[in-house]
Amino acid sequence: MPPAVEFDHLTVRFGRYNALEDVTFSVPEGAFLAIVGPNGAGKSTLLKVILGLIRPTSGRVQVFGQPPKKVAPTWIGYVPQFKTLDRSFPALAIELVASGRLLRWPFRVPPGVRAEAEAALARVRGAHLADKPLSGLSGGELQRVYLARAFVRRPRLLLLDEPATGMDVLGEADMYAMIEDYRDETGATVMMITHDWEAAYHHATHVLVLNRRVIGFGPPERALTEECLRRAFGHVGHLHPLAFHVEGGRDA
Amino acid sequence: MLEVFSLPFMQRALLAGLLIGAMTSYLGVFVVQRRMSFLGSGLGHAALGGVALGIYLGFEPAYVSLPFTVLVGLLIVWVKEKGGLGGDTAVGIFFSLSVALGILLLALKNAYGAEALAYLFGSILAVGPADLKAALLVTLFVLITLPFWGRWAYATFDRDLAAADRVPVRRDDYLLTALIAAVVVVGLKVVGILLVAAFLVLPAASARLVARTFAGMTLFSVLFGVLGVVLGLFLAYAYDVPSGAAIILVEGALFLLILLAKDAKTLMSLRD
Repeated sequence: MPPAVEFDHLTVRFGRYNALEDVTFSVPEGAFLAIVGPNGAGKSTLLKVILGLIRPTSGRVQVFGQPPKKVAPTWIGYVPQFKTLDRSFPALAIELVASGRLLRWPFRVPPGVRAEAEAALARVRGAHLADKPLSGLSGGELQRVYLARAFVRRPRLLLLDEPATGMDVLGEADMYAMIEDYRDETGATVMMITHDWEAAYHHATHVLVLNRRVIGFGPPERALTEECLRRAFGHVGHLHPLAFHVEGGRDA
Repeated sequence: MLEVFSLPFMQRALLAGLLIGAMTSYLGVFVVQRRMSFLGSGLGHAALGGVALGIYLGFEPAYVSLPFTVLVGLLIVWVKEKGGLGGDTAVGIFFSLSVALGILLLALKNAYGAEALAYLFGSILAVGPADLKAALLVTLFVLITLPFWGRWAYATFDRDLAAADRVPVRRDDYLLTALIAAVVVVGLKVVGILLVAAFLVLPAASARLVARTFAGMTLFSVLFGVLGVVLGLFLAYAYDVPSGAAIILVEGALFLLILLAKDAKTLMSLRD
């Protein structure tokens, strides 16, 4: 079985700026990969390469053994940063979820698709949001709607760009539980960008520490080391928050 | 009062106006939500170059201006895409070049006459059979692209999400801009170069104030666009004022009324 995603010496250059340099790693199918790195590390670029939105300058990426453009769009569920949402666009939550199923914006949501979209919203505990305008939703509610939009197509690969942004502590825990439930149920692969090292440590099976290049990759205990984080971020803040865990592994 | 619409030139103006009003207000929802209002204005002015070229070459201006403005629209998208420039910069470049070309050609032909002025300010009297044919042709193209509403709306909401779902967003940018350019050209005779952008923006902006969904916004926009044309043409005839100005003022009044009504509703709900 080919890996879910495989990067082979991938470089992405925007003009003279190298967004990603010589990136090589592969994500086994069914894995939960957390991607951590400072701002401008190329994390979102990496996801956009998988989606086929950005073409590599050199190197190769394969998604389920195929070039990104050849992969059926319904195999991938993408949750962008909700900060990119244009709140002036008149839309209801149910329409956004239905767009994930229809692959276009619905003029009218067909009854069958509406039922599927409502089930996806219920899955993220957002059934009450269905007929609310997107412009009136909080950051946390929007993230749930975007997650429902990804779930509604039953993807084999979930790409999440900072899915817990704008959520309170309980909302974050809820979000990770929903992602893990989906993965357990379907065997889907998850790739999640996060600034939360603790979340990466506790929820992921693999961690990629990225700063344009691969700084560290592997199980959380091996990738989230002080050395890797220092190389990626330049410092580890006042205290390495995982220092207590890493010594004895996840159950310590 | 309705007998005014039994006059042949009024019927022609009304039919052309209704077609153009429906098309501009339909495409206007994409213009407004994609924040491309300057494109409408730029293409309107760019059309002057095409009109002048038609007058200079001795052809029907509408038939020369149509491909000319569509070409300018496509070049704007191309320069924006390849040059990494902002959309407003690309519009600004071609808008000024086309206007300069138009002024030059009109001066060479010594043709700053009634025909050129009709294009600047719009005149229902100036809507001839050729203009009506051009409007029908462009309407046909717009009707053919109606099934693309879903993917255009998707890309308008979020370009990356749409592209990730294999919506051909780049190709659609060219197609949508070409259609907007074509609609702008056929709208020139009714509302004029100076006001044609408002024809694209005002009905959609009014619709945005009342609609909860993009589909609703599209329907309201077309309704407001058509309503503005009927009322505007009627007022233009009744008070003997320029049709373009009358239509746009009706659209503007509608926008203000909706805005004030919405504001009053918000104030009432705050008081409760």
